[in-house]
Amino acid sequence: MSHETTHHEMHDDHSSAGHSEGHSGSHVVPLSLLFGVFVLLMLLTLVTVAVTKLDFGYQMNLVVAMAIALVKAVFVGLYFMHLRWDAPLNGFILFASLLFVTLFITISLVDTGQYASTQEAAAIRSATP
Amino acid sequence: MSDAHSHHDHPPHLAHHFETPEQQMESGKLGMWVFLATEILMFGGLFCAYAVYRANNPDVFLFAHRALDTQWGAINTAVLLASSFTMAWGVRAAQLGQRTLLVVLLSLTLLGGFGFMAIKTIEYAAKYDKKLWVGGLNAFYQSGGQLKDEAAAAKAADYVEHHGDPSADDHGGAHGAAASAHAAGGAHGETSGGSAGHAEADTQEAGEAEASGEITLVNVVPTQIVPPVAPASGLVADVIENPQPNLVGAQSFVTGVGAIQASHEGSHYPRFSELDPLEEGRTHIFFQIYFMMTGLHGIHVLIGMGLITWILFKSAAGAFSPEYYTPVDLVGLYWHLVDLIWIFLFPLLYLIH
Repeated sequence: MSHETTHHEMHDDHSSAGHSEGHSGSHVVPLSLLFGVFVLLMLLTLVTVAVTKLDFGYQMNLVVAMAIALVKAVFVGLYFMHLRWDAPLNGFILFASLLFVTLFITISLVDTGQYASTQEAAAIRSATP
Repeated sequence: MSDAHSHHDHPPHLAHHFETPEQQMESGKLGMWVFLATEILMFGGLFCAYAVYRANNPDVFLFAHRALDTQWGAINTAVLLASSFTMAWGVRAAQLGQRTLLVVLLSLTLLGGFGFMAIKTIEYAAKYDKKLWVGGLNAFYQSGGQLKDEAAAAKAADYVEHHGDPSADDHGGAHGAAASAHAAGGAHGETSGGSAGHAEADTQEAGEAEASGEITLVNVVPTQIVPPVAPASGLVADVIENPQPNLVGAQSFVTGVGAIQASHEGSHYPRFSELDPLEEGRTHIFFQIYFMMTGLHGIHVLIGMGLITWILFKSAAGAFSPEYYTPVDLVGLYWHLVDLIWIFLFPLLYLIH
């Protein structure tokens, strides 16, 4: 099963420090780093569950939960998905899609905020005798 | 591999339209990322639906999310994170040519997928049992402003109100118990005082309107509200201390709706009976959103499991090597995206407050 040896070398367990140049696709993430990120993600999951027991107010709890989720997402993206060592274009595509989702949701929220009160008023008017 | 290939000017896994294996792999990755971007945009539609409904009906979300099992949700998050870790480790094993390890890790990842779907099935089955399923199978479903089955809705409301946090407190110890006791106390204080005050204010205002003979819109602000235990938000205190006198027209609606929402913020979970008629009519929508978001996510988990099975067989057959492991890498990216979406779904649906 030994393949013909090409110019890119077999990466060793501990050789991952200095070879992110050139062929970014073949970067080998050290196992200790992967495991560290995994432990961190698990801890953040515990934190995000524990933090709902605290009352920062309805909006603030959402902000805190989303902040933790964002940190988790960044770690998954950077290390599990290799974005830290990948071609920047891949990260840019992810960023662009998130940007447009954010725009989509923000504009929708601004829009619904403009007419929600009249809509609810109409509904309450019809519901009260 | 046979020597014939080394005389050929490219390795067998390199397609003719690529210059080098690196270029081929980079192109594959780029294509995958573009696909993942479209996946994010697709889920974005559901996240938008969630945001708009939650912004308009905060109390519905506060009430209904308690039907979900935080414990199962948290366990599922851990299962998915663990399988994401074994997948990332699997990509590493593929890069290093550790074939046996790769097969083991892919199997573990697949097992994680099965675990996730099993727990999801348990959760869905519980919701079905309690009549909290989609559409007409949801006890809160209304058509024409009427509940289809009041008894079923009352039963489901009772389930939702007494389910949720206390059961998820097992690991919280004394702190968790104290927190749920506080929540229960808050709910009690509010219902005994609040609903009575509400009714009083309503009839009083209606009487005034009738007496003066003009058509005014009924002000639904519960201005006589008894302060709940430790009102946390400043808004509540404002409403109590500075009751708005005789607002007319749309003004009364604006403040009225806002005040009811504000009165529930921070201090306790609203009961079904405390939701205003409009929100009662929209309660089933929370469950629609829950099932659509987790359902679409679940479909992605199933597809991911199929893809992992495929590369599991291929890797067992020795198809991958440090020179060629693109499919492992790309399936890994897909699996991580599924994990990434769950990272946001879990707090948004299960951990609202």
